[in-house]
Amino acid sequence: MTKTVTDVVCPFCGTLCDDLEVSVTDDGKQILDVYNACAIGAEKFLHSQAKDRITRPRLQQPDGTWKEISYEEAADYTAKMLAGAKKPLMYGWSSTNCEAQSMGHEIAEMCCACVDNTAAVCHGTTLIAVQDIGLPTCTLGEVKNRADTIIFWGCNPCHAHPRHMSRYSIFPRGFFTGKGHKSRKLVVVDPRVTDTAKMADMHLQVTQGQDYELLNAFRVAFRNEWLPDVVAGIPKEKIIEAANIMKAGRFGIIFFGMGVTQSLGKNHNIDEAIAVTKDLNEYTKFSIMPMRGHYNVTGSGEVLAWQFGYPYSVDLTRGFPRYNPGDTSSIDLLTRGEIDAAFVIGSDPGAHFPISAVKQIAKVNSVCIDPHITPTSGVSKLHVPVAFVGVETGGNAYRMDNVPIDCRKVVDPPAGMLTDEEFLTMVRDRVKKLKGVA
Amino acid sequence: MAEYIIKNGFVFDPVQGIKGDKSDVAIKDGKIVKDSEISKSAKVIDAAGKTVMAGAVEIHAHIAGPKVNLGRIYRPEDKLFTCTATKGMERTGSGNSIPSTFKTGYEYAKMGYTTAMEAAMPPLFSRHVHEEIRDTPIIDEGAFPVFGNNWFVMEYLKNNEVENTAAYIAWLLRATKGYAVKVVNPGGTEAWGWGLNCLSIHDPVPYFDITPAEIVKGLIEANEYLGLPHSMHIHPNNLGNPGCYQTTLDTLNLADGFKAKNKFGREQVMHITHMQFHSYGGENWGNFESKATEIMNYVNSHKNLTMDTGNVTLDETTTMTADGPFEHHLTGLNHLKWANCDVELETAAGVVPYIYSPDIKVCAIQWSIGLELALLAKDPMRCFITTDHPNAGPFTRYPRVFKWLMSQKARDERLNTFKNADKVIGASTLSSLDREITLYELAQMTRAGPAKSLGLVSMCGGLKPGMDADVAVYDFNPDKPLANPEMIETAFSRAAYVFKSGVQVVTHGDIVSTGNKRTLWVDAKVKDNPQVMRDIREKFLKYYSVTQANYEALGHHFIPNPYALEVDATQV
Repeated sequence: MTKTVTDVVCPFCGTLCDDLEVSVTDDGKQILDVYNACAIGAEKFLHSQAKDRITRPRLQQPDGTWKEISYEEAADYTAKMLAGAKKPLMYGWSSTNCEAQSMGHEIAEMCCACVDNTAAVCHGTTLIAVQDIGLPTCTLGEVKNRADTIIFWGCNPCHAHPRHMSRYSIFPRGFFTGKGHKSRKLVVVDPRVTDTAKMADMHLQVTQGQDYELLNAFRVAFRNEWLPDVVAGIPKEKIIEAANIMKAGRFGIIFFGMGVTQSLGKNHNIDEAIAVTKDLNEYTKFSIMPMRGHYNVTGSGEVLAWQFGYPYSVDLTRGFPRYNPGDTSSIDLLTRGEIDAAFVIGSDPGAHFPISAVKQIAKVNSVCIDPHITPTSGVSKLHVPVAFVGVETGGNAYRMDNVPIDCRKVVDPPAGMLTDEEFLTMVRDRVKKLKGVA
Repeated sequence: MAEYIIKNGFVFDPVQGIKGDKSDVAIKDGKIVKDSEISKSAKVIDAAGKTVMAGAVEIHAHIAGPKVNLGRIYRPEDKLFTCTATKGMERTGSGNSIPSTFKTGYEYAKMGYTTAMEAAMPPLFSRHVHEEIRDTPIIDEGAFPVFGNNWFVMEYLKNNEVENTAAYIAWLLRATKGYAVKVVNPGGTEAWGWGLNCLSIHDPVPYFDITPAEIVKGLIEANEYLGLPHSMHIHPNNLGNPGCYQTTLDTLNLADGFKAKNKFGREQVMHITHMQFHSYGGENWGNFESKATEIMNYVNSHKNLTMDTGNVTLDETTTMTADGPFEHHLTGLNHLKWANCDVELETAAGVVPYIYSPDIKVCAIQWSIGLELALLAKDPMRCFITTDHPNAGPFTRYPRVFKWLMSQKARDERLNTFKNADKVIGASTLSSLDREITLYELAQMTRAGPAKSLGLVSMCGGLKPGMDADVAVYDFNPDKPLANPEMIETAFSRAAYVFKSGVQVVTHGDIVSTGNKRTLWVDAKVKDNPQVMRDIREKFLKYYSVTQANYEALGHHFIPNPYALEVDATQV
């Protein structure tokens, strides 16, 4: 016999699907199958069951081998490292729950650390643009119930957010959208012919790096002003046609991804995309939403903001929060060699940061909290494996539209393994002692 | 728990009718007790020459949740020169108009506030609201879920189904751990889903074919059917426009004929919030003027209403409201950055920074109107002081508002030095008002009054034995002639001592304990209602983007220390 756990929340991407069903053995210890999830989400649940998983902290020895140590020893090491450092970096946070983030921030405050999340290499530019110009947005249910014009700009949900289109944006039949995808126009802006672009009613194959120009051209087109014959590789007629589609809809939305946030123009692209959205609200109802990657990168920004006032790249070295991306952001801190200890949780900078920054992590004292073996754990002095949030422990996470959803525990972690929050609590208590805080 | 006796202070307590008599307040086991009930070992707090009041009660502020945090995220400039470093048990803080959660709790406590209500909780985001409430130390907090644009409510009330509306309210209060029925721009925010608005109480809501008037009346009825501690709490249609006072009077009129039914001592059936924004005359910004007299004549003569002021403090601030169309309108006026979030089936919210400049005529008139409202109030137990934080100004400016209300000299000085003083004076009656709010009236407007309106009169807002020991002691001697009105602002900015549920949390303006913060919510029991339960299931299956099982705010992480006020409407 098997049991089925329903309403399970998928801890993979920012779509944060919450309708998964997971069948587990009768004793609740083993996951047998995962239903409703996409291929990536299902794999996240299933590979947690790997028999060769690391279940205890490991300390790297001078000869490069790893020695298994206890969680107590690992917590001692981490606390000493953070409490003793002049300018520790605490990076990641996007693949763990808000409870762990909150605990981590308490440690960061006591240790005067720099706290940063994966937005620094992802939608941080979006946040800068939002600070410039604002953000007219909505929840994903609004898109499902009302939207008739969908624009995917520099993102490829077919592969990166596989269930986004079926749950929220293209296919669902909502309250005012009873005909599902037949009632929606899909425009895709992407230099590549992606699988998402292949589905589009209109694909604007923008010249790489010229998103800003095209966005700007839309604003001109809305006002029926003069346009050159071709902008960013798109003929004028096509731009005007797309602009008219946007103006004609009753409720539209732009979803955008790393194709615009991290390509030439960066935050300026998003400035202009938000200005496009704002302009469109003079004609109809329009929203815009970043396609956030990690399932709880949004949550990290939220918790940082209500506790410290800024959504990422927070520098607490002076005992109060400061924020200056480019200065207080992780890659910059690392490549300038300012960091004397690196603590990484819920992300893998080893795989995504430039090699010069990764070398710095390898050079200083470093701790990596991650259920997997990753390029980051490989270069860290201490690797602390933990239970999978959303699989082996619950906890709150924020979807890409900022809706908070409480993840569910489906099975127990391997015997004796701690969760992020439990391990961080041990570190917090030790740091308190080391710092002499009551 | 420690026992305390606060000795020889000038006590102001409207609950017991004490008007500045020199007396003692005794605290034991978290409650106010008779002096005779405490032991000799009780710690003595010398309050000689000081003012003693109950902890203040904030009835309407935006201090936790998604739009507040959106304000924090998108306004790094609000942090400039406002950060406070970690100090003892005080966590680091940041922000002026939208302070971080820690700073919010500390600042309220330091001013002697011990209870605060988050004024607009989007139900889908209740977990976010509660996470922030958890991280706001010391003060007891509750949150008002918004109902005025909710699809269930509009569908039930279109068919006059009050009992079903009530059953849905009870369900939602439990699911979101909410405290009261909040209504923001009824119907207008749903219309905003299509970029439209409802500017009068008779504008039909697109598709739902119901009017704001019907929504408001239906929610009053459902609120009284349940007998909730607080009344329906409304931000009326047409906020902030010249001539909007007429819509406000129309809205107030909807409460006519309704009587409060509850066991909490509440007498009103409608609370109108930030009345300042709803008391405008004129047809445009050129002939914009105050209609505070007309509004207060109505409020004064209708006992089933309470209100708060929404005083403009003349600061740079961040406006935020569930009135989505208004914020879009506002960004068109001041061209500052606009954030908006529409929430499926429920509501929306907008955020726009705003600078209330004393050099701008309209801002100065808005400032006048806020003060006029409070000064024209005949019953201070029904008119409360707020700044609709942060919309008309940050809550940290309360002491300054008190100064303007308590000293004609202070407010005349301000009024006469506006850049457009003549025009400002001509647009309101403020210059002709010589009333100065007394300390007793202040205690009514910030303690006993809001507590009674919220249905918390047996718990807080007073110093009667048996009530929670929420006490604030201020360095202010009412016996001495007031040399300088600034002394009012100084004294009320930093209380000498503050006790929250019997725990000393502030000493000489410093935080000495993070107290025993509670989350207040209302647990309303109704008869089994299979139809409403079926409707809820169906809406989640078809229209929400989360499942019903993933909707409720539940558990220790969100509500570590809940306090439920129980209501039984099963016998109605």
